[in-house]
Amino acid sequence: MQTLVAYVENKPGVLNRVSSLARRLAINIDSLTVGPTENEEIARMTIVAHTDEKGAHRLEASLEKLVDVLLAENISDRSLLERDLALIKVSADQQSRPHLMDLLKVFRGRVVDVAPDSLIVEVSGTVDKIDGLLEVLRPYGVLEMARTGRIAMTRGGDLLQPPDGAGEPEAATKS
Amino acid sequence: MKLTGAEILCETLERLGVKEIFGYPGGAILPVYDALGKSKLHHVLVRHEQGATHMADGYARASGGVGVAMATSGPGATNMVTGIATAMLDSSPVVCITGQVGSKLLGSDAFQEIDITGITMPITKHNVVVSRAEDIARTVREAFLIANSGRPGPVLVDITKDAQQTSAEFHWEKSAPKLPPKRKRASFEKAEFDRAVELLNSAKRPLILAGHGIMISGAMKAFAEFVHAGHFPVAMTLLGIGAFPANDPLNLGMMGMHGEAWVNHAIQEADLLIAVGMRFDDRVTGDLRTYAKSAKKIHIEIDRAEINKNVKVDAALVGDAREVLEQLEPHMEKKERPEWHARIAEMKGDSAVRDIQSLPDNGHLYAAHVINDLWKETHGNAIVVTDVGQHQMWEAQYYHHNEPRTLITSGGLGTMGFALPAAIGAKFAKPDADVWVVVGDGGFQMTMAELATIVQEKIKVNIAIINNGYLGMVRQWQEFFYDKRYVATPMVAPDFAALANAFGIRGERITARADVVTTIRSAREYKESVLIDFRVEQEDSVYPMVPAGASLHEMIRRPNNPLVETSAEP
Repeated sequence: MQTLVAYVENKPGVLNRVSSLARRLAINIDSLTVGPTENEEIARMTIVAHTDEKGAHRLEASLEKLVDVLLAENISDRSLLERDLALIKVSADQQSRPHLMDLLKVFRGRVVDVAPDSLIVEVSGTVDKIDGLLEVLRPYGVLEMARTGRIAMTRGGDLLQPPDGAGEPEAATKS
Repeated sequence: MKLTGAEILCETLERLGVKEIFGYPGGAILPVYDALGKSKLHHVLVRHEQGATHMADGYARASGGVGVAMATSGPGATNMVTGIATAMLDSSPVVCITGQVGSKLLGSDAFQEIDITGITMPITKHNVVVSRAEDIARTVREAFLIANSGRPGPVLVDITKDAQQTSAEFHWEKSAPKLPPKRKRASFEKAEFDRAVELLNSAKRPLILAGHGIMISGAMKAFAEFVHAGHFPVAMTLLGIGAFPANDPLNLGMMGMHGEAWVNHAIQEADLLIAVGMRFDDRVTGDLRTYAKSAKKIHIEIDRAEINKNVKVDAALVGDAREVLEQLEPHMEKKERPEWHARIAEMKGDSAVRDIQSLPDNGHLYAAHVINDLWKETHGNAIVVTDVGQHQMWEAQYYHHNEPRTLITSGGLGTMGFALPAAIGAKFAKPDADVWVVVGDGGFQMTMAELATIVQEKIKVNIAIINNGYLGMVRQWQEFFYDKRYVATPMVAPDFAALANAFGIRGERITARADVVTTIRSAREYKESVLIDFRVEQEDSVYPMVPAGASLHEMIRRPNNPLVETSAEP
């Protein structure tokens, strides 16, 4: 699994170009998240792809060839902070509810909705942590789940910022 | 100045230096055609939109500038797809302008509405829909910039009919391209460069693989200086032909599936390959597991996505070929490498003769004779535009190009039907050039309607049909790999000379070797286009041949003809 971050133009069709590129390279995307940045014209993507280092290099280099992609970087080898957020609707009656509450404490999950026979749990963290919570919730009956997919950021002073300034073309062709 | 979108488009194209547009009108692009009529742009009416894209492509390849093709929405646009893909695979700067239904109708399945930007997304370098007149100038300028910068490629601009019709302010200065800000990557680190220099100076058996990128970056001079500085032997890719003179003693010839035997053997024996502006296509490497096992590799390439794609390299110098070569050249230690050059000469052996002219005339007409005679009669100075198949490989083997942009051929996509329209485009780019189409009887029949374009435009393009009555290359594969079961390859063709006459073009038919030279000579002297139907040996094959997927040194050699093909095994 490889993790890439891309800054892209925030406009229609860009997501299609990015996902279409992965399809063309026969790379399966595990998760792809898009969100705004502090600059409203630029969006940030985190792409988690089922591929090896070579595939990630091709994806990264090919992404940067797209006019609308400002930067793409494989950050798999870097020191990363990764987060996934999940909403999990789980069966819960009066008897099981206290047990569930205890479990959630361990996973630092929060109950965000309570109904007579179910709860919605919100949990964020690494993929492993959410998978771990799911594992223990399953016996109670997981009715529905929504996950955001991963977002990732390199730690500390290792900055990955969108390039600024007016776009200059690549080296002009000489003939 | 307030202009309609259509007028803005024409004004912008003129200011970008466009002289000719290859296109075909239709409903959704009619406002532009109306404006074209009032502009200085010359519109070349094609007979099929695929022809328009190939012409723009041929124009681009012959000139080094951008070629422009135009079509209406729907079928006009979809007919361009093959031509766009051809340009994409061969990194050719083509800008396609298509009409689109009015923006209010988008997505409604209106008459002749098709999502052409969706369709062409994977076969364009970039594409865009324009639905406001005020965006046309900037978008078209951006399209030209994108098409012909870095690694060139096709760009499609789809303009809605209402954007063509409405009026907007036209300011050249205010419509300057505004491309997204891109991250600047350092081309390569000093350590990488030093490693390359070290490899170059320590190699005993170096070999350069010269590709299309040399021509695109205008690096011919820098490349020749680099080659001579290190006294490196050079092997050419198909699209690289012309980037380094064929008459230079260091030029070994073409590599790959139908490359010369000694070239492929030299690659397999080299201890260093220096790939310049080429991408290790499967047609030049053969089986990757056995490819150049004893060689370290240096890759000079502008497209970072090509690095380590097919062949893992030891030093990658990402950048413009000319700039990189100019940086490397002063570091080259002067070496004569007599042993290595002697070894290559030895591998050439008798096959270096390859002198088909000295073969006795046995009454048969071989394609190689025709092409070799064409080379001699044109003094190697023609622009030759080929199609795809056997004749294409024979051209690459027997026509020796000393100048860049004089062989125009569909390499990556292998598009049959390319030659005739691409030659028309090349003729517009180089009106004074002696332009020859070399085409098979199969490919010619795919786009021969463009003969009418030649006549309507009153241009001179000579056409040599290498007519063997088969889809020759496919027949050759059937002969070698399918036990001579010639399924769907024998092909009936019209009388091409009579067909040419019907179009108003002089037609000739040649069946004897003795008539080849005189016919070529008279065709060159004739002031209008001439089509020559060369009836060549029907079941001739292209040798040597590396079967698809085989190792590069495992070539099928020409049987029983020591004069043409022999060389020592490595």
